[in-house]
Order: sequence, then C-alpha cells, then structure tokens
Amino acid sequence: MAYDKFTVLTSSAVPLPIENVDTDQIIPARFLKATKREGFGDNLFRDWRYNGDDTPKQDFVLNNDIYSGQILVGGKNFGSGSSREHAAWAIYDYGFRCVVSSFFADIFKNNSMNIGILPVQVSEDFLDRIFKAIEADPQTQLEVDLSKQTITILSTGDSESFDINSYKKHNLTNGFDDIDYLQAMKEEISTFAQNSRY
Amino acid sequence: MSSKPTSLFDKVWDAHVVRSIADGPDVLLIDRHFIHEVTSPVAFLGLKTRNLGVMFPDRTFATADHNTPTINQHLPVADPLSANQLRALEENTSSYGISHWGLGNPKNGIVHVVGPENGITLPGMTIVCGDSHTSTHGAFGCIAFGIGTSEVEMVLSSQCIMQPKAKKMRINVNGNMSKGVTPKDVVLYIISKLTAAGATGYFVEYAGSVFENMSMEGRMTVCNMSIEMGARGGMIAPDETTFNYIKGREKAPKGQAWDDAVEYWKTLKTDEGVVFDKEYNFDGADIEPMITYGTNPGMGMGISQLIPTAADIDAGKASFAKSLQYMGFTESEPMLGKKIDYVFIGSCTNGRIEDFRAFASVVKGRKKADHVTAWIVPGSHVVEAQIREEGIYDILIEAGFELRQPGCSACLAMNDDKIPAGKYAVSTSNRNFEGRQGPGARTLLASPLVAAAAAVTGIVTDPRTLIA
Repeated sequence: MAYDKFTVLTSSAVPLPIENVDTDQIIPARFLKATKREGFGDNLFRDWRYNGDDTPKQDFVLNNDIYSGQILVGGKNFGSGSSREHAAWAIYDYGFRCVVSSFFADIFKNNSMNIGILPVQVSEDFLDRIFKAIEADPQTQLEVDLSKQTITILSTGDSESFDINSYKKHNLTNGFDDIDYLQAMKEEISTFAQNSRY
Repeated sequence: MSSKPTSLFDKVWDAHVVRSIADGPDVLLIDRHFIHEVTSPVAFLGLKTRNLGVMFPDRTFATADHNTPTINQHLPVADPLSANQLRALEENTSSYGISHWGLGNPKNGIVHVVGPENGITLPGMTIVCGDSHTSTHGAFGCIAFGIGTSEVEMVLSSQCIMQPKAKKMRINVNGNMSKGVTPKDVVLYIISKLTAAGATGYFVEYAGSVFENMSMEGRMTVCNMSIEMGARGGMIAPDETTFNYIKGREKAPKGQAWDDAVEYWKTLKTDEGVVFDKEYNFDGADIEPMITYGTNPGMGMGISQLIPTAADIDAGKASFAKSLQYMGFTESEPMLGKKIDYVFIGSCTNGRIEDFRAFASVVKGRKKADHVTAWIVPGSHVVEAQIREEGIYDILIEAGFELRQPGCSACLAMNDDKIPAGKYAVSTSNRNFEGRQGPGARTLLASPLVAAAAAVTGIVTDPRTLIA
C-alpha cells in the first residue's frame, strides 16, 4: 500500500496501559465484513469504546477529550492473536501513525510496518515513564525520530533508542513497501520457483 | 567432512530462501497459499490498483469459511455484507484462475481442515494464509504461519513474502499421559506454562514421545495453538503416522513420486546436537484435563485446580483483575461445578473427526443438559460425512444434540453463531479473548471431552468422572 513517508513525528499520545491487547479488541471480528481497507477507524476498540446501545463509554481513553495525538501507547504484548491486518488499518484510519509498547506480537508488528505505522518497542521502564509523563500532562509531547531511531519525552528530554532493521527503515522513510521490492526481483523468483520441489 | 547439525526448521526455511537481505528479512518462496473470504478482498483490490497479476495461480487455494452460516447453507446468505465477501472471493478466484471451494462445494470447510484433508499440505512445504491458525499445517513438518493482507497480496503477486528468520524453540513432552488427557490439554498446558507471549519471536518444534504417539489430528490441534503463545508457528517432524495420513489423498504424490517424496520427508528431522535458542521439557504425566478461566489462552489451569491469584502469576495485576472481572470469577475459587450456558465443538483447533469421536464417547447414552445450548460444527463436509457414516450422528441426536454445517462458526462469531453477553461457553476453539465469541461472551477453552462433560451435566465437570 502506498503510504506517507515516516521521518520525525512529534505529537501528544493516547495511553492504553493494558497488557495483552489482542487484535479482537482492536477490531472485533463482526466488523471484518468490508471488502475495502478504509473506514475501520470508526470501530477501533469498538467494545471498549462503546456500550451495547452504541453510546460512548465515558471511562475509555478514546472518549476522553483530554487525550489526543498520532501516537498510541499500549501495554506489554500489544497486538496478539488474530492476523487480521484490519487491526492495523483501524489504528491508521483513526489517525495514529505510531504505536509504542514494551513488546509487540510478531504478526501485528509486520502488518503495521507494511502499511506505514511505526511500531516502537521500548523498555518496560521507559514505557512506565511515558505513561507517567502523560498522566502528569495529557498533552505531553513525544518525538519519534526514525532516522536516529530514538523516542523522546520532550518535556524532560528523557530518551531511548529503538531497533528497526535497515531494510524496513529504508522502506518507511521512503514510503516504499515489500511489493515494490518483490516486483523488482520477479525473474530471480521465477527461476528459483521453477527449481523448487513443490 | 561432517556437516553442521541442522534443525527441522532450518532445513525447511533454508530450502526456500530466494534472497537474504543484509540487516533485513529473507525473501521466502511460498509453496502453498490458502485464502478465504475475509482477509483476501483487499489484497485482490491491491493487485488491481497496481495492475499486477497472480504469479502462480495453481499454488493458491481458496475456501469460504470465516463468514459463512452453519445452517441452511443451500439458501442465499442473508447478511448482505457477508454475501458480498463471498461473491468477491468467487469473482476474484475466477478471474485469476484460482481453485475455489465455496459454500455448497463438497470440498468446502475450514481452510486448515480442508488443506490437509485433500493432501495439499505436504511435509517440508512453506505454507501461508491470512489467518493466524495457519500454524496448524506445521503438524506435517511444514513451516506454516499466518500473514496479514499486505502479505497475501505479496504472495499472490510474487509467490514470496519477506520475513526475518525467527529464533528456534523446542518443547519436549515425554512420559505417559493419563486417561482423559487429549492433545488440546497438552497445548493448553504448554501455553499456561509459557504465557500468551512466551514464544513470541520464536518458531517452535514439538518433540518427544507424547507427540510421536499422537495422531495427525492431535498434532494439528497442538500446532494450531502455537500462535496462542505468540509463536510464529509450530512444527513436528514427519514420520510414519504422517505418511500414512497423507497416502492416497487427492493431491498427494502417487507412484514413483510418492516413494521419492517419502525418501525426502524422512530427512526432515532435527539432527542430533542442534542447540535451540530456547528449550523446554515437560512431563506428560503432569498434565490433566485443562480449562481456561481468563481472557487469554495462557490463563489456563488443570480442571481440578483453583483459579490462581494475581500473586501466583507473572503478569500485570491490573490486567489480571480486569480479566477475572470480565469473566465474573474470583481468585482461588474452583472451576469445577460452575454453571455453563453454551457448548461449542468445532473450529480449526478441534473440528476434525477424532474430536467428534471423543465428544460422542462421553455423550453416548447420556442426555444434553436442558439449559445448555450446544453448537456442534464439523470442520468440513468430509468430516460431516464421516460423522454420519460412523454413527456419531445417531449418538448425538439420541442425546438431544443437533449437527450444524461446516465453518469457523462461534470460534470468532463473525456469522450469527454468537454467544450472548454474559453467558458462559465451554468451547473447543482457540481464543478466549473478551468478546471473541460475541460481545460480552465468556469463553472457557477446553478439549472435546471437557466440552462433552459440560454439555451433559450443565456445569464444568471433570470428564474423567464420566469415562470408564
């Protein structure tokens, strides 16, 4: 998918200090009936966000106006469970470009990077400090710098570096995706496939 | 010159690497690609947008399963959005020349049931599908894992995906299992020990006598749930049990090709001396029938035990409390005796013939508890036919149950098979997440034997008290 280049993102963040946020919470299965990619943001965290009668649950973070921004900060093991890319689409469609956690499920992490969301994995200590900074000031600004591979709490200058392989970094920085890469090596794949066992 | 000892995982992975990118992923050739109606439409849309074709249409197989009704499949699908997805799959597969076993086709069923059933899944393959339970096919010694829709588009357009190689984990379970303990209990036990994120970043090999003595159906149940501890996939070295299962199936090799294949398949095992990044050892004798009490599959316990306290487990206290509150349970109470409302047997985890045999072995001569609603959903039409041929159908009817038509059904509740809010369901599926089986539904994951015991008693019951 074509997406915007990711360079430096400076934004306030929305805190979700819950562990094991699975993709069924991010987007429940009954909303997976669409045949297009857009529009899933309306149902992001549907059952945590709305009551059965579709009224907003006032205590859920997305319904609290004091929190906003393009960065979602989640607890450990974010994005576990189903492979549904719809979870990443819903997060993107809602307006997030970056998800921060101390641990990500593999498939969610891949799906995110494939559509231009940067998953930033930080230490548990640093995650705690982000949650505390947001608690102290809901509009606290985080800076995510992809080229330097750092995330910084701007009010305190507290910073940590994060890992990303140079291939994915290059893709996100330039707005490329794997399909572009694979199309450019079709002949090599074709030769390999003809000699493969199956 | 002696070659370096190599793991099963490395043997299969390395044979499929088209290109390795320095400080990046490997480009991996995919042998078989399964698609279904929910995670493929946007991938086909992507092909159209970029004006790309399908590189090897004969290496992709389509079935409709996630969003199909399990009653009255001969009638038009009532939900217009579901009908639209099914139509999109039919049109997309037809225009790109991909084999499609849609609703009503005798080969239709859950993707991870029909693949092995038709001999599409063979040892040593790389297999992907836009579904996390693709790990099921690892039971045949395949590298099989779930992918997102962008990756479905990659496989369609280039037969490859780009993934960094996972780390290696081996889980050994040896020893004798006691009566009433099934493959589902083995995997729920492992996940309860490792937690829901304990194998994230790893590809798991299951080894030891417990798996060697398991049927293919049982091995599929185990590999299926690898993803529930975060693993990319799980695999078991192929052996005579594997070859016997495959032999004669429609797309299995025949004649000389069969002999050649078996010769190769016999090399697919981990050599002596391989060092894994992580290795666990468990004793089969320690495993009892399992049940989950919380909202992730790692929150499982022996059925005769007490629900643990937050202090007992290595997890966030707030998340643990939230989970128990959702379930309506408290710390340190027993699960045995809890009243249940629904029973679901089916899914890619426990929707094969052996699972229905186990269920029938308990309900035979007994009656369904009056207050229990039971959904009995075969994994495929082939399984459904076996249920009838073997007389299991008659046992079910006699005990007051009904048999539904194949599909994913209440495992993810995309169709009408939803557990109502607040109700308890003993389910043979794979996930007990909040709302997984319907908004507000409360899921207790368990084996077909535990499900059957609950169905006839109406409460959580140790199946060992009902079997001779």
